Amino acid sequence: MGNYPVFLLGLPVAHRLLGLKETLVASILLENVSVSFPVYNSSTRSIKNRLIQSATGGQIRADGATQRISIVQALQNINLSLKSGDRIGLVGHNGAGKTTLLRVLGGIYEPNCGRVSVDGSTVPLFDISLGMNQESTGYENIILRGLFLGLTRQQIKSRLDEIAEFTELGDFLDLPIRTYSAGMQMRLAFAVSTSVVPDILLLDEGIGAGDASFLQKARERLKHFTDQVSIIVLSSHSEELISGMCSQALLMEHGQIVKHGPTEEVLALYRAMRGQ
Amino acid sequence: MSTDTQQVESPLISQLRQGMRRENIGNALRDIGAGWKRRELWMTLGLHDVRQRYRRSKLGPFWITISMGVMVLALGLLYGQIFGQDIHEYLPFLAAGFVIWGLISTMILDGCQAFIVAEGMIRQLNAPVSIYAYRGLWSVLIAFAHNIWIFVAVALWFSVDLNWNFLWLLPAVVILLINGLWMSLFFGLLSARFRDVPLIIGSIVQVLFFITPVIWRPDMLPGRALLLHLNPFYHMIEIARAPMLGHPPELNNWLVVIGLALLGWAITLFFYSAYRWRIAYWV
Repeated sequence: MGNYPVFLLGLPVAHRLLGLKETLVASILLENVSVSFPVYNSSTRSIKNRLIQSATGGQIRADGATQRISIVQALQNINLSLKSGDRIGLVGHNGAGKTTLLRVLGGIYEPNCGRVSVDGSTVPLFDISLGMNQESTGYENIILRGLFLGLTRQQIKSRLDEIAEFTELGDFLDLPIRTYSAGMQMRLAFAVSTSVVPDILLLDEGIGAGDASFLQKARERLKHFTDQVSIIVLSSHSEELISGMCSQALLMEHGQIVKHGPTEEVLALYRAMRGQ
Repeated sequence: MSTDTQQVESPLISQLRQGMRRENIGNALRDIGAGWKRRELWMTLGLHDVRQRYRRSKLGPFWITISMGVMVLALGLLYGQIFGQDIHEYLPFLAAGFVIWGLISTMILDGCQAFIVAEGMIRQLNAPVSIYAYRGLWSVLIAFAHNIWIFVAVALWFSVDLNWNFLWLLPAVVILLINGLWMSLFFGLLSARFRDVPLIIGSIVQVLFFITPVIWRPDMLPGRALLLHLNPFYHMIEIARAPMLGHPPELNNWLVVIGLALLGWAITLFFYSAYRWRIAYWV
């Protein structure tokens, strides 16, 4: 500390010591958030049926059966507050509302009621190959993926060399990616997706990284990447993944939060609930 | 996740009540504005869409030009005969009308699909949903840039009087695109919820092609001027076709198209404010 010039003391230094980027303090606040889906089938999606319904009005309504619409309550009264540095894992059965919660955090689903306030740039990485175009070349796909992640073309071009080098794909980058193996496509998607550091990262089942030879290198990059992110929300069925990355966890059941606490406690409860 | 079947008021009404809060108008406008700012993304997507359609074909997107050319030539020769028209006048008229009609009709038809085809992205990408409407318009504009050459070729061949009036085509295309954007947002929204809307719109557009003077001239319809002037598509075609054929634009055509834009945007903003947040649930 003593070596710092006086004018550098204060907030920026404190931020640097905490490992935070100087400009940002990311945060997430959910208050009483509920999300429900009416389940549409072909008959409720048809305008004809709606017209008939409104034409015949009360009578069908009285019948009841045709007017019943299944409502799926995907999230109920969720309260959650996260701040910079938080790494939180979401656990729960299939359909417990984990993915819906991620989508609410990403601003994709706006809730039926309740308040969501998210500060900081958010990147949902549910499928790292989203938007990749099979007919376009590797380079074009790097640009496309970058645009998806919210970069400008200029910003991507400045990272192009670094990304290309990391993928080790060499001349293949000039070929359409339909000629790539699945592993090669994964490398490309991985390299681009981890080149932008958002404030808030939303992950569904982590980030896959392709074949084994690449894995060590990918793991290092992933660690470097995730270390820079301010808040991570990870939904997974893998306890190993959750306890490896997250300090706290959230157990969900039927769209509600059952427990929010330190990872080990929550995972223990989850195991107990499953009867193990 | 609990599923229960309950007696509810129509969800559309309860969603409307939720959607009609004042801040949602701001949200809708912000969505449209933020969508515009992401133009590097939707321009790239739109371009990829066009290329995707013609991938691995030798001529690529020039098939757009060629198929339009074949269509104009065949229809021109046939209907020129049927209507007893002078081919030197009729073919440029048809080419201009057809190219503009192509722009307008694909804007509407693609607009219906704007959100439906983007289902995967809407549910995974936290971008403003208006980018999918912009993206559709961009690929329509790319197709238009290919088609316009058919008119240019025909016009040169038949030595149409191309004069400074031609510059009026530019503002005409701009106002058509402004109309196209509300149509995409509005019909796209409606189609995402009610899947037979695109089919209904499809057949309406087909009928409109015949009742709008594209293959026939307005002066072939004596005494039924009302039918013509009440059709907004006539005015939309005319603001662009007149300058292409060297005529100055007419004020009443422009007034109708501008009026349509204002009315359409008012209606669209109402619905888009109320239901934009449901799109991710609907697709």
